[in-house]
Amino acid sequence: MASLFNQIGAITSMNVRSIPQRAAMSIASVVAVALTITVLLFFLALSSGLGETVRGSGSDDVVLAIREGSNAELNSVVTRDQLAILASGPNVAHQSGAPIASGELLVIVDGIKRSSGTKANVSFRGIGQEGLTLRHGVHITQGRMFHPGTNEIVVGAGVMREFSGFEFNRTIRLRGTNWQIVGVFEAPGTLFESELWADVAVTQSLFNRPNVFQTMRIQLTSPAAVAGYTQWASHDARLSGLEIISERRYYARQAAQSTQGFIIVAFALGLFMAIGTLSGALNTMYSSVAARSAEIATLRIIGFSGWAAFFGTMAEALMLCIAGGILGIIISFIAFNGRSAATLGSGFTQLVFRFQISPGIIIAAIIVAILIGFFGGLLPGIRAARIRPQLELAAQ
Amino acid sequence: MNDLMLMRKNMWRKPVRTSLLLISILIAFLIFSVMLSFNAAFTNFRALPNRMVTLSKINFTEPLPIAHFDRISHMDGVLAATHMNWFGGYYREPRNFLPVFAIDPPSYFRVYSEDLRLPASVRDAFFRERTAMLVAEPVARQYGWHVGQRIPLNSNIFTNSATGNHTWEFTLVGTIPTPEGSSQTGSVLIHYDYFNETITFGRDRVGWVPFLTTSAQLNDRVSHAIDTRFANSADETSTSDEATFNKAFTEQIGPIALIVTLVVSAAFVAILLIVGTTMALAVRERTKEVGVMKTLGFSSGRILRMVLGESLLLAFIGAALGMGAGAGLLLLLAQISGGNGPPIHFAWGTVVPFGALIALALGLVTGLPPALGAYRMRVVDAFATR
Repeated sequence: MASLFNQIGAITSMNVRSIPQRAAMSIASVVAVALTITVLLFFLALSSGLGETVRGSGSDDVVLAIREGSNAELNSVVTRDQLAILASGPNVAHQSGAPIASGELLVIVDGIKRSSGTKANVSFRGIGQEGLTLRHGVHITQGRMFHPGTNEIVVGAGVMREFSGFEFNRTIRLRGTNWQIVGVFEAPGTLFESELWADVAVTQSLFNRPNVFQTMRIQLTSPAAVAGYTQWASHDARLSGLEIISERRYYARQAAQSTQGFIIVAFALGLFMAIGTLSGALNTMYSSVAARSAEIATLRIIGFSGWAAFFGTMAEALMLCIAGGILGIIISFIAFNGRSAATLGSGFTQLVFRFQISPGIIIAAIIVAILIGFFGGLLPGIRAARIRPQLELAAQ
Repeated sequence: MNDLMLMRKNMWRKPVRTSLLLISILIAFLIFSVMLSFNAAFTNFRALPNRMVTLSKINFTEPLPIAHFDRISHMDGVLAATHMNWFGGYYREPRNFLPVFAIDPPSYFRVYSEDLRLPASVRDAFFRERTAMLVAEPVARQYGWHVGQRIPLNSNIFTNSATGNHTWEFTLVGTIPTPEGSSQTGSVLIHYDYFNETITFGRDRVGWVPFLTTSAQLNDRVSHAIDTRFANSADETSTSDEATFNKAFTEQIGPIALIVTLVVSAAFVAILLIVGTTMALAVRERTKEVGVMKTLGFSSGRILRMVLGESLLLAFIGAALGMGAGAGLLLLLAQISGGNGPPIHFAWGTVVPFGALIALALGLVTGLPPALGAYRMRVVDAFATR
């Protein structure tokens, strides 16, 4: 057994040291694998960053009420009466005697996307007094919060990054009224950074939607209170037609909807490019075996086993493909990891996110590279193992 | 024995290697044709240069008062105007999303006449019946609807005041053929009047106002006049030509064209390297043969042509197989997608000519270095190599 390992080691090192003789083809294989991995990583990092941003927006102890069957907040309606009932439910958290609940209205306004200079849908959210309280981790980094009852707006840091038209201190005109941008807020890793916020009552009147709410958010005393709360709501006929769901679950669902297209593209493209690259790797390895057939035949005559020839070839293939995989990961880190971008989310508004090459994605990339190497080494390795020494040397 | 036959024999002397190369090329052209078709589906609506659209300055989801439509219709330089509303439609299940538009039939048919060449009987049937519906042919096929059928459609926005639920019933009176580039791909058209009278909120407002100018040269002047006309009102407008609007709409998703270009380039660079190095190896292996052929009297030019011909043959066969596979894949996707938006058509017009050019370039770039090597090779050297 030990001798087999010695033989494999000897053949592998012979193969690896002879790679420079086939430099062009070997480099071609490495680069092809690197490009495949880069394309795969691009779409995976996109969907991971986008998904994390949407998923990260929800809290366990906040419930969201939305019209049943509404795919997006935009299509939902919650009446003022329902708001009052929802705020009176069990285990609703209170602050200075008032329930922490926020009836909200989302409208869409145009922003200019910096990357393309074209108009895009930006969320403009009217929030209640407690809207800030029940969104944990949000803080104003510039200026101040809007004053209730005024035409003031605070703008998310993501909107500032990706869109022009909402700069701090700027006055914007909507429906014949001036709005002042009085503050900038950060909410790292959430989609709220992609939004503009203003007072809900002012938003309703200025956008000509008197008394219209789309969603209601209610802060409960603990995550454990969610089940009891939804149970209570399901028994109240006045709340029928509303879906009441924890904010975390709501955003997990939205995340799946926003990313599924990109994940399909990632794997479809990744699969096809991997097949194309595999063909290249197979050719490289076949020619590697052909170029060294005399050496392999000689080694077989002096007692090396066919297995050693097989593993030597396999090791070379794996090494080339893993090198390609690592190169692809490096390219991806430099080219797009952490880069900010915006796309149309499932709510029909822009979501600002950052490309995110997570450890899971790196593992996926390495696995793909190893698979290409494995299949690229398998058949050529078998051919190497089956070289008939006498015939081969006679042919030389 | 002619050159073509020699080329073919050379190409297939190592069948495994050639098959693998063909697979690589096939895959690259498959990715190319599918991605280009997707891009075309997103961007290549046949936009008329003199068709413009007026929307709310806030965003196209903000409706405008219907009076805006009348005013725009009567402005100088406006040939014909119409209006459209987004219905938020789906069939039975929310995932069977349908782009349903509530329209004013006579004016809509004037503004979109080039894509609505329907038999007069179908057109009149649609105009006459308030609950009539026209759908794009692929939509009718997808759901198995036939003309004359009553079809319930749901709205995820509006409530039907007649029934109190979100369902409306329409009679299918005909289908709209949708050749590549048609503005009506996937459309479902219903009457604005019927829609407007049965919704519970948002009455007498229109989503946006498409119109034709009398000449594309007047576009800037007309759009300026319209937007000035409504400036400082509660419903300010933003008017742009159709192509600009479409571009902004797709840019909402992201720089699709740029991403398509980058991915396709990555695929082609990868196969260029693979095919180029393999062709070089294949010719190097034949060094002795080239020496023999030259000794027999084959001219250097003829040998150059044969090597180059082989790489071009490889590139074109691979490209044809790849584009064929791309067309097949899109057909397959259209069959199984089952209601997730309009099917993506294989964009023959762009894919085939552009693909042929790329195949030509690929064949030349990968074949030229080894062909030149064989061209310059001296017989003495050819026999000296081992």
